[in-house]
Amino acid sequence: MNAESNGTAPIVTQHYKVPFSIKRFARVYSAQLGILGVFLTLFIIFIVLAPNTFLSGRIYSAFMTSIPFFALMAIPLTILVVAKEMDLSFGSIMAMGMVAFSFTYDGTAFIGNTTARVFLAIIAALLAGTMIGWLNGFIVVKFGIPSLVVTLGTQFFWRGAVLVLTSGTNFPIEYIKGTFFYPLLVGKIGGFLPMQMVWLIVVTIVGWLLLNRHKFGAHVYLTGDNINSAELMGVNTGRVRIQAFMLVGLVSAFAGIVYCFYIAYFWPNTGDGYLLSTLASVFLGGTSVFGGTGTILGTFLGAFIIGAIEAATVAIGLTGFWTQLIYGFIIVLSVIMHTYLRKRGE
Amino acid sequence: MEEYRLELRNVSKYFGEVKALEDINFQLGQNEIVGLLGDNGAGKSTLIKIITGYHQPTSGEIYFNGKKVDHLTVPKARALGVETVYQERALAEMQNLWRNIFLGRELCNSMGFLDIQRMRDETHRLMTQSMGFTSQAVGPDSRVGKYSGGEKQGVAIVRALFFEAEIIVLDEPTMGLSLKEAAKLISFVNSIKEAGKSAIFIDHNIFHVYDVADRVVVIDRGKVAGEFMTQNISLNDLMEKMVHVAETGSFE
Repeated sequence: MNAESNGTAPIVTQHYKVPFSIKRFARVYSAQLGILGVFLTLFIIFIVLAPNTFLSGRIYSAFMTSIPFFALMAIPLTILVVAKEMDLSFGSIMAMGMVAFSFTYDGTAFIGNTTARVFLAIIAALLAGTMIGWLNGFIVVKFGIPSLVVTLGTQFFWRGAVLVLTSGTNFPIEYIKGTFFYPLLVGKIGGFLPMQMVWLIVVTIVGWLLLNRHKFGAHVYLTGDNINSAELMGVNTGRVRIQAFMLVGLVSAFAGIVYCFYIAYFWPNTGDGYLLSTLASVFLGGTSVFGGTGTILGTFLGAFIIGAIEAATVAIGLTGFWTQLIYGFIIVLSVIMHTYLRKRGE
Repeated sequence: MEEYRLELRNVSKYFGEVKALEDINFQLGQNEIVGLLGDNGAGKSTLIKIITGYHQPTSGEIYFNGKKVDHLTVPKARALGVETVYQERALAEMQNLWRNIFLGRELCNSMGFLDIQRMRDETHRLMTQSMGFTSQAVGPDSRVGKYSGGEKQGVAIVRALFFEAEIIVLDEPTMGLSLKEAAKLISFVNSIKEAGKSAIFIDHNIFHVYDVADRVVVIDRGKVAGEFMTQNISLNDLMEKMVHVAETGSFE
């Protein structure tokens, strides 16, 4: 045996390459292909059963308008779940970010320029979200409390903070329509493609790069897979997990801004209804609740499946009462599929 | 006098009320293989984890090449050339091979983006050239959880080799290995000696330790019970002494 001990790797002249084979590709990307199969099957069923609705562009424009509000948060949540942590507080962070937004806007009246004030308000909202995420992570890591429990608590705490700080009132934020942030965040390209969809794609690509092509993502996988091994090999698992919580906080605040800009209004219960759809997107997409595995593409497709079912149920001619039953059916079936694929996979 | 590669002076480690290690003095010479022997719970693993920076000692001092090192952490120990093959192997079994080989020190550019092609290339080269794995099943993209015990051990060893290792720590490396795999491991430990490096070798199997170690240190109940040069003691005498220590806690 040769004891290779050069600190820097010797230059390899020949790259390691495996000849492409469909079988191997299917094995390596089984999770993504699995959820893609579910996605395509469902949309084919929708098109066959409700061709008038699903062959027109309008329904897709509607999907791209409303789905990004929760799909945005599902992307960083995927990273967090891969790290074997959980966050239930992102809905409250959406609202809390907007509270920071409106306080900053109101407090900067001396500036006079609306665009500058809205810009500062957006920065404040994003900062508030990131800091709440940091606090979640800090409590989880420093006190060693399961994140499910911690964020169940902080979810109530921040929702309560929103209610106290706004005295439970709702208010319009029409002024944002005069700034270029309005078309930038929630405008429509060509009257068809909503900007929130563009932002979802941006967040998805950045999330994918972070998880799969960056050192941070490598440490997220290792932390979620075997935290003991990761620590023995010198990975700072506490820092990695806190950073993942901060990402969820940052993007949740952003999703809150996008949502409130879209309706140009603030409701203190902003984000309340997104908890389960966001979580369902992550698990439908094949991310394991046990950590260590998960894909961004799966979550992206999962969100569109979740978002499409309600419209599809009605378009097909069933009453709205069927929606939750179909949700449940598809989620359970997909999770069984993912577990099976994971056992067989490479 | 030549400096020790590694020296622990009066190191103690308490976990709450439990005294895992008490007043340990331990030396590892240049190009020396030291065998650590001791019963379960004697404190071998704790000692190892202090050397690798995973645990911080409650009191005592650590010297590398005669220089005192404070607040030893895992990255610091690695920078000082300590590489470890852990008893629990420290693998991430759901991840593929290259991610495990480069666990904790991925090759990446200044922005932190991974150089995946180079890590796959290096992994392939190490597995085929250094370890002699030719099976397609241990390619860089295959999942480590599907490997046999010997293959997993091979991964842990390759990982210790790839980087600048001056002190190689092997914690129960033969556990769960077949006879053939264990023999291969012993020849690997001998190659450490030939390469001019030092090693700390821990094993339940006294035969393995006696074969490869220059010196044997016996740990009992958190203390150093005694040490012997293997050339000055026969295997039978050593075994008798070990049994005696296990029963009474001392050699006398």
